[in-house]
Amino acid sequence: MIAIQHLTKRYGQTEVVRDFTLDMADGDAVALWGPNGAGKTTVVRCILGLVRYEGVITVDGLDALDRGKAVRARMGYVPQELSFYDEMTVDDLLDYSASLRGIGPDRVDEVAETVGLSEHLSKKVRELSGGLKQRLGLAAALLPDPQILLLDEPTSNLDAKARDSAIELLERLRHEGRTLLVTSHHIEEVGMLVDRVVAMEEGEISVICEPTDLAEKLGLRAWLHLILTNGSADRALTVLRDRGFNAKMNSRGVLVEVSAQGKGEAVAALQHAGVEIRDLEVWR
Amino acid sequence: MTSVALIDIAERPNLGTIGTIASKEIREAIHSRWFWLWTLAFTGLASFMAAVALPGSQVAGFGSFGRTAASLIALAQIIVPLMGLTLGAYSIAGQKENGALRFLLSHPISRTEAFWGTYIGLAASLAATVFGGFGVAGLITVSQGGGANAGSFIRIAILSWLLAVSMLGFGMLISTFTNRGSAALGTAIFAWLGLTFVGDLGVMGTSIATSMPTWGLLVTAVLNPTEAFRLASLTAFSGSLDVLGPAGRFAVDTFGDSLGWILFSVMTAWAVIPTVLAWWRFNRLGDL
Repeated sequence: MIAIQHLTKRYGQTEVVRDFTLDMADGDAVALWGPNGAGKTTVVRCILGLVRYEGVITVDGLDALDRGKAVRARMGYVPQELSFYDEMTVDDLLDYSASLRGIGPDRVDEVAETVGLSEHLSKKVRELSGGLKQRLGLAAALLPDPQILLLDEPTSNLDAKARDSAIELLERLRHEGRTLLVTSHHIEEVGMLVDRVVAMEEGEISVICEPTDLAEKLGLRAWLHLILTNGSADRALTVLRDRGFNAKMNSRGVLVEVSAQGKGEAVAALQHAGVEIRDLEVWR
Repeated sequence: MTSVALIDIAERPNLGTIGTIASKEIREAIHSRWFWLWTLAFTGLASFMAAVALPGSQVAGFGSFGRTAASLIALAQIIVPLMGLTLGAYSIAGQKENGALRFLLSHPISRTEAFWGTYIGLAASLAATVFGGFGVAGLITVSQGGGANAGSFIRIAILSWLLAVSMLGFGMLISTFTNRGSAALGTAIFAWLGLTFVGDLGVMGTSIATSMPTWGLLVTAVLNPTEAFRLASLTAFSGSLDVLGPAGRFAVDTFGDSLGWILFSVMTAWAVIPTVLAWWRFNRLGDL
């Protein structure tokens, strides 16, 4: 469905994407994961034909540059932030997007319903919260009922509640069998949304794996923040340090450094020693 | 999913798509305070000049609306290029900066459709401003008994719009060189200062310093679109360029009755060339 071969993109002398190769079949859900500046967004822009590049990108066998219009007709794109067309209403923006795709206005109500925007159709874009703007971007992308969705950092500007809601919506789209290509630097949401992660670093692919293996493959570590019952913090520190963990106290509990797969080990050690854990959270 | 849209879209430009983008630009202009600021400023000043200049000309004994026309030409020569240049300069660079252009081009449309849709929409918005201003000034002129020269008045209005769209194209050309709206606007204002003030002084200075022949002076003048507009407009209402001295008389003697059409063609060329260059550059931009 999407075939990217030896993609290289240069800005002047700087290579922002280097020899990137990826094949996606119909129904695949893939995340491009990496820090800011890793080249994730550039790959998406290359697929859309928004930037010139070296290498070959085809979608359903069509070249992304030579047959750009036909390629874009097959996909929906959700930008990182919808910070334009502020004076247009939601309804007008969706109508405009639908007109550009040759789609009738009936479809606007349908997608507004799907993403939960029906009550906001008469609002101006500038009046929408970050979460609603994200839904608007998604609604515009869904207008042609595309098999392929490209999502650029779909949750980066959202608060926790809006992020949960967006992830739920994207999970639904994934289960409908659409092909998803998502860029993200949040390791947690990558795990929920896709079945393959392409980790990028300085424009190159560093790892391709399943989401559950990503942290382990990249040697990523996390901190477990443990909230304990009164008076048990000293005991917990002793137990954890005896087991070789790097542990320290903070104002609200105990912090313990763990590997991606080692969270359960620290918790089990404390439970075995009779230390009661009231709550815990993972900090990355 | 209800259905999968697998439409095999032709890559050639589609007039319907261009029309959709142009309509959106017009709707945006109507909701833009800058559009209303320009329209009200131009209409207000044009009306003021029409109201003040015509009675003055009658007192001074002029038999025509020449002073009104000269005032409107001077006004248009200064304000219209600024409108066109700033509107054009912000169009592409502003949309690049806020991501609107990427969103637009993520649809199944080509860069050619995006460019011409934007251009036509902005040109239509400028038409509303220019013809609105001239329309109100014209009504004032007619109400004060200056309606006999309606044809000349309309010709000057059309030339003003041609100046507006030539500056729009020039502004869009500037816009293709930067990713920042503020940088494009700054460059546009410098270009306006150069064309409107420095250009005129440059022609005078060059002619003195180089003892330029009369025909050379004329050619140098029309190389500046604002000067070409002034010459074309003066010809449109008076049929001569005597006010320009030897260069004007040379032009009338050489080209005779064709002078008006030649200057109109020069203005049309000024409307077409920068716009086509802007389109060419926009299509070849590596990154949007």
